[in-house]
Amino acid sequence: MSRHAGGKRLGPQQGEVIDRRTSFEFSWNGKPVNAHPGDSIVSALAAEGERVFSRSFKYHRPRGLLTASFHDPGCMVQVGDEPNVRGAHRLAEPGMAVSSQNTWPSLKFDVKAINRFAGRFLTAGFYYKTFMKPEFLWPTYQNVLRQFVHAGEISPDTPHDYYDKRYAHPDVLIAGGGPAGMSAALAAARAGASVMLVEEEHQLGGHLRWSNPGAAAELTAEVAATEGIEVLTNSVVAGRYDQNWIAVAQRDLSHARERLIKARARTLVVAGGLIERPYVFAGNDTPGVMLSTAVQRLINLHAVKPGERAVVLTANESGDAAVADLERAGVEVAYVADARKGEDVVRVHGRKSVRSVELANGRRINADLFVTATGWTAPTSLLNMAGDRPVYSPTAARFLPGGNGDDSVLATGGIAGDGTLDQLCEHAEAIGTEAARRAAGHRYHQLAAVPTRYGGKLSKPRGTAATLPELGVHEHPELFRASTHGIVDYSEDVSSKDLHFAVKEGYDSAELAKRFTTATMGPLQGKLETINAIATIAEATGKTIAETGTTTWRPMYTPVSLGALAGRIFEPVRHSPMQRWHEQHNATPLVAGQWIRPDHYGEPSAEVRNVRENVGIIDVTPIGKLDLRGPDVPKLLNLLYVNKWSKLGIGKVRYGVMCAEDGVVMDDGVTGRLGEDHYLMSTTSSGAARVWEWVENWLQTEHPDWQVHVTPVTTAYASINVAGPKSRELVSRLTEGVDLSAEGFGYMQVRTGRVAGVDDCVLWRIGFTGELSYELHVPASYGLHVWEALLEHGKDLGVRPFGVEGQRILRLEKGHLIVGQDTDGLTKAWSAGIDWAIKLDKDDFVGKPELVWQQENGDGARLVGIQPTDGNVVPPEASQILTKSGAIAGRITSSRMSPTLGRSICLGQVDAELAKPGTLLTVHLPTGAKVAARVTEHHAHVDPEGSRQNIDTPPAKPRPHATPVARGPVAAGRKTTTIASWQVDARRSSAGLRIADHTLLAKVGVRGRHDGAIAEALGTGHGRTIRDNGSAVVVGSGPGEWLVLGSPGGQDKLLSRMRDLVENTGEFGTVIDQTHGRALLKLSGNHAKDLLAKVCGVDLSDAATPDGAALRTSVARLVTDVIRLDDNGVPTYLLHCERSSGQYLFDALLDAGAEFGIEIDGCPTAPTL
Amino acid sequence: MIQLPCPWCGPRNASEFTHHGEVTPRPDVGTATPEEWRRYLYFRQNANGWVDENWYHTAGCRRFIRVRRHTTSNETEATR
Repeated sequence: MSRHAGGKRLGPQQGEVIDRRTSFEFSWNGKPVNAHPGDSIVSALAAEGERVFSRSFKYHRPRGLLTASFHDPGCMVQVGDEPNVRGAHRLAEPGMAVSSQNTWPSLKFDVKAINRFAGRFLTAGFYYKTFMKPEFLWPTYQNVLRQFVHAGEISPDTPHDYYDKRYAHPDVLIAGGGPAGMSAALAAARAGASVMLVEEEHQLGGHLRWSNPGAAAELTAEVAATEGIEVLTNSVVAGRYDQNWIAVAQRDLSHARERLIKARARTLVVAGGLIERPYVFAGNDTPGVMLSTAVQRLINLHAVKPGERAVVLTANESGDAAVADLERAGVEVAYVADARKGEDVVRVHGRKSVRSVELANGRRINADLFVTATGWTAPTSLLNMAGDRPVYSPTAARFLPGGNGDDSVLATGGIAGDGTLDQLCEHAEAIGTEAARRAAGHRYHQLAAVPTRYGGKLSKPRGTAATLPELGVHEHPELFRASTHGIVDYSEDVSSKDLHFAVKEGYDSAELAKRFTTATMGPLQGKLETINAIATIAEATGKTIAETGTTTWRPMYTPVSLGALAGRIFEPVRHSPMQRWHEQHNATPLVAGQWIRPDHYGEPSAEVRNVRENVGIIDVTPIGKLDLRGPDVPKLLNLLYVNKWSKLGIGKVRYGVMCAEDGVVMDDGVTGRLGEDHYLMSTTSSGAARVWEWVENWLQTEHPDWQVHVTPVTTAYASINVAGPKSRELVSRLTEGVDLSAEGFGYMQVRTGRVAGVDDCVLWRIGFTGELSYELHVPASYGLHVWEALLEHGKDLGVRPFGVEGQRILRLEKGHLIVGQDTDGLTKAWSAGIDWAIKLDKDDFVGKPELVWQQENGDGARLVGIQPTDGNVVPPEASQILTKSGAIAGRITSSRMSPTLGRSICLGQVDAELAKPGTLLTVHLPTGAKVAARVTEHHAHVDPEGSRQNIDTPPAKPRPHATPVARGPVAAGRKTTTIASWQVDARRSSAGLRIADHTLLAKVGVRGRHDGAIAEALGTGHGRTIRDNGSAVVVGSGPGEWLVLGSPGGQDKLLSRMRDLVENTGEFGTVIDQTHGRALLKLSGNHAKDLLAKVCGVDLSDAATPDGAALRTSVARLVTDVIRLDDNGVPTYLLHCERSSGQYLFDALLDAGAEFGIEIDGCPTAPTL
Repeated sequence: MIQLPCPWCGPRNASEFTHHGEVTPRPDVGTATPEEWRRYLYFRQNANGWVDENWYHTAGCRRFIRVRRHTTSNETEATR
């Protein structure tokens, strides 16, 4: 019953996958086409009588259906903006705009089909040889050849699609959902394994879907009814990497175009079945030449009649079954040529369609369909990726697994051998059971190694290694090529003749001939053509197929979109607590590593002048800050800095420079002593993470005996530099408990006190800008409060914010170097112009030997102040400095126009002999111009004697100010409420999956020995969480590292309770308030685990990460503590990260949770843990 | 991606760690000759086989661990 003239739709078939109750339209080259749900693009077209779907790559020959599967080379089409869609696989959708690709001007009339007549000139290597000389014509060749390029079109305006990512940790991952894959899955699941069953097609069943639909349905139902099997259809195992790291591409999800699953499978079972291979003969790519499986698919799955009059060449049961299907579908089978009896084809005639078939027995039969069933290819690629080398079996006429790969990878089904359905299923069951047994062994070792489980004893898995059963192979004739030449690689248009030619040219091994002809290198990557290619090369070289060997299969098994590989983008960003203020005040953002900072709010030079004349404030939160505690801190500082630290008094600050072991300057900053055994170290903004790791490295690997605890507190404080002649006046208006007079709080000193009502602020009197200035480090949640208070109370003083650019100008005027800008990877300390700081009389410090030798040799460059003679010229940074003879003798490292001096100023590195003050230099600008410049006396261009930072103005009296408000890192909604001075989101949600900002909880960090008295007193260790009797939650967040959580506002009490606890043990320990330094998010709901599996690569199963587990890992590429604390049986996780990335983490989780309907929740008035 | 057997956290993806290279003992600063010092700075065995390496579990326990790794098979064993 056809709806159109030429309609080929058959009546209902037992295994059909289309839903006849409804139909819809899509377009094909602009013309409407009818389809049923379940139709592939090409099956719908074939049902309307279309036979040609594309033109071939080189000769632009018309191409039709060959395999009717994902791997059909002639069925690649363009769908809307998406090129290279596998038309015989992709399901038709209403309104889809499908067009043929690689055709011009139309599919029916393709101008480039003229190449067909030029075919004998377009042999392999034609392009290499022809378009080689003369070289000056290469651009022209490129333009012409581009017109002949294969494949569809991508518009640069195509909008970004949504792609997804997920991690999985199945015990057994099975590639292939045919009878063997399903049987293996059932057996593995019954043996207690968690199974992921991945099938490339839209349904499970494999070849049973067309050969035995009843059996397919039965097995599929059994899989669905069995617990522990996750079925992924329309998904493909794209690659297997070391330690069974497996890439699965999941296609066409409702919420995403494609999803990449990164699975760490304990065992992998490869059950990909067999791929029917084409036969090589003249005209074998003519539309109407199909494989026996294609015919069976069309009839049984899509109810499409593949032709009207058929000739069949069969060498196996699949061909015989195709004959039966054709007859049942009403196709006239004009002749069956049985290859097992020596019958063969010579060629088919016809151009856009088969017209007749010429057989070896001399008969020429009119037909529009020629079906071949000449054998199989085993897609052994996943096995090869696991180290297996396939072996050719002349009996089976295909390559078989060599059986020498990794023992975490097993094979079953057609890849492993031949058998009846029962034999295959029996083999698969044995493999599935063994896969589960091996997985249990891996699982046992993994669980034994993680600290997150309950203390209970793990039981060793039982069962002994089974002898793996073997499948035999049936006899298949070695049929690869008829007496004529034909296409071997359909996607690359490589014929058997080309391969013979390649061998004649000397490319006589499979690997060479492949590269010369590009056979097996097209979109199919050898899945159809490898064995025919090897057989042809073997024939041409006179070797056997076994001697010729196969080419290497590499990932990916099928093409995976770049979008899927990129996935959701995880790029952590960091914000200061004042970021929203900066945005609201039109700050131009500066991306500095992960930080987003205000570059300037208005004119940077005006910001500079205001600092020099009045007072400015800058947000310097990104400055790295490390809290150092312990009696051995001076030893550490002496080791890491080039200068001396033993005699730093309490309340004093010192500038220090760190070098690496090669003497190269690595970082700089000031360190202050806050108490007897308590120091605060600052680092450069970009160096914060590196310096922390550096410090840990020296402490852990070289000096584990030193008593020092290092805690990063970069984002625990909002840092504000208040600079300018009126800064003392401004700061003193808001500060209590600190004498701010010039004599009471001198230059290079540190105090702690209360600023704008906020306790525990750290004030440094230091100066990067050269002005009198105070750097305020405020507990981060109060950062915005203090920032706004400074602006409010400094109005009459002319206070204005300044950005990073203003600060860079100010520091250049003052001649302060920036590590990484004025130094590079070769700048040793003596070259950085900090001679005064280097103390070679210390016994040891990092990098000392190289600095001793540098001093002896006097070599290397020197950092100097430079001013161009013409003050209007600002030489761009990296301009070269030349000697008289024109040789390069250095470069400008920093340059700006100085608003204070009204002339250009620079820092630069020059050879030592040019470093003397007054030396005249030649600066070579990028424009080619050369300008004169002079080396200045000092690095500082403004106020080299340093009098500006020592002005002696009297401090003011503290003024009343607004009540401090604490804010979390996540932007609250419109409705807010106040809990313990915290402004929190007031909205509540009862959705099944919720996320809330619980940063207001009190957080106290404790450090001690991982196995000492403190650990014992706290009652838990690394990996586990307990509730202590004081209603706090103690999280074992690291080895010898704890996080104690309490109710909002309770940090002071908690802090003193923990200090008492540590003191009572007598062990060296550290207790630090982390309330303001960390973001704490609460994620709860039944899908919480599924959400986390999309952003976190750790196994979150109940066995590995049960209630009470605590671990630190990467979540959305951000270092995050994951603490599982179920809430009345509802899976709940606390996620804990650096405060500055709290908003990023929150947004990443919201995005990942969208498919589960996640909602934002506020904070209950009395949050419980 | 390979996993490294963190002795504190259990097996974790290598992307959580920072590779600090082969274990190279630091010469005595007081007596080292330039040649010895630069051998420490720049020379590595780069063996095809078992190598002792330092790794830092950056996105985990933040401990430096010592891993014995076979550079061709990526088999690993770790110690604290």
